[in-house]
Amino acid sequence: MTAAGPVTASSLSDRATRVAKSASEWADKVDREARFPAEALSALKAERLMGVMIPAEFGGENASLTEVADICVILGQACGSAAMVYAMHQIQIASLCGYAVGSGWHEDLLRRICDEQLLIGSATSEAGGIGGNLRNSICAIESEGDRIRLEKDATVISYGEASDAIMVTSRRHAEAAAGDQVSTVFMKDQYTLEKTSNWDTLGMRGTCSDGFIFRGEGSKEQILPRPFAEIAAQSMLAVSHLLWSALWYGIAVDAFNRSQSFVKAAARKNPGQTPPGALRVAEAANLLQQIKGNVVSGLKQFEQAKGNPDALNAMSFAVAMNNIKVGTSQSILTVINHCMLICGIMGYKNGTPYSLGRHLRDAHSAQLMISNDRILGNTSNMLLVNKPDPSLAG
Amino acid sequence: MNDIVRELLAKHGSLPVSVDQISDDADLYDAGLSSFASVQLMLALEEHFDVEFPEHLLNRKSFSSVEAIVAALAEITGDQQAA
Repeated sequence: MTAAGPVTASSLSDRATRVAKSASEWADKVDREARFPAEALSALKAERLMGVMIPAEFGGENASLTEVADICVILGQACGSAAMVYAMHQIQIASLCGYAVGSGWHEDLLRRICDEQLLIGSATSEAGGIGGNLRNSICAIESEGDRIRLEKDATVISYGEASDAIMVTSRRHAEAAAGDQVSTVFMKDQYTLEKTSNWDTLGMRGTCSDGFIFRGEGSKEQILPRPFAEIAAQSMLAVSHLLWSALWYGIAVDAFNRSQSFVKAAARKNPGQTPPGALRVAEAANLLQQIKGNVVSGLKQFEQAKGNPDALNAMSFAVAMNNIKVGTSQSILTVINHCMLICGIMGYKNGTPYSLGRHLRDAHSAQLMISNDRILGNTSNMLLVNKPDPSLAG
Repeated sequence: MNDIVRELLAKHGSLPVSVDQISDDADLYDAGLSSFASVQLMLALEEHFDVEFPEHLLNRKSFSSVEAIVAALAEITGDQQAA
């Protein structure tokens, strides 16, 4: 790390804190109306946080994944949907930075993301039995000379309508196997979206993850140069699990803060008596610390493996990243449930300083986005041969 | 060894194409080898050769092509003979 490192880190979190202030003012309205968190996104753009992870030579700030994860924690405490939109955007940025540098078109895109603070969406899930199995596609790139065309029946494109560009997975060509995929970036003026389903959900309502038929046209150079199999295995899965876990942790932190304030207010009213919820606050703090430790160790492992394909491809790395996602998504529910028990009706009711309904509903998405059952199935397969490393020093 | 690897790949790889059509250096993941099938193949190889894949060979690269699998096995069996 350079001498400027800590200064950058502190200024990034200051900027994120200002965004969070605006995001939290609108969070309940975004949730109630299931609308895009436009105010939070304007604030993110105004604070120029969209391209921070992009290398400085393309106009970014060389921020590490750990720094971006910390921004997600800050945003997660304010508005789960805004934090999720930001995290998903950064997953695309990580793929572009790691697997498209050297391609002129994509390098120009990276510059544009920094200059114009563009929001990048993603279309991986597909109708026709693919669902969320992102390592398979039915749709395929059609090419004619340098021109390409792609039509995808995407069951979900998060913030599809608000995106400035969308990264779409597909088979490489019409004859390619379902797993022989590429990822292509299409700019907003190169595609149309025909809405096929409406995102009216229990939680994460502001991500506006509607279903669309995507129809795009562009040029061959917009296809990412590396196979999607490699991008998914080495970057996307790990970055998704880490950034999602970071913002989920943030949601649990805010629930904890509310329940702690509740107990503190009760303690002030009755000096000399320990409020009944105090013990549960201690339990929740304990769980929260475990979640934090899990995410921090995952980020550390990622930063050590970064840029080393052997380390990123190692089965032990995939097992660890899967565990972080599964563990965090389960534990936050326990934490928020504790907080609900602490705050009682004041937590159950909407519109109080201790309301926890939005937190609980948002948190319920965590087990489902890439189903924990699918992930555990994948992990259990790897554990037929992989032995977890017990070392604390590694 | 190449023949045995190909035989076990045909049996456990669940590939959409015939193993005969796959060259020694062709990317098996591009050919449709799933991570599930790669572990099944690994178990079959361990059983057949009575070996265990060490941690540093448990990655996508070791199973990325027929020749990569052969090289990984050569390393393991070589190690064991040396020991």
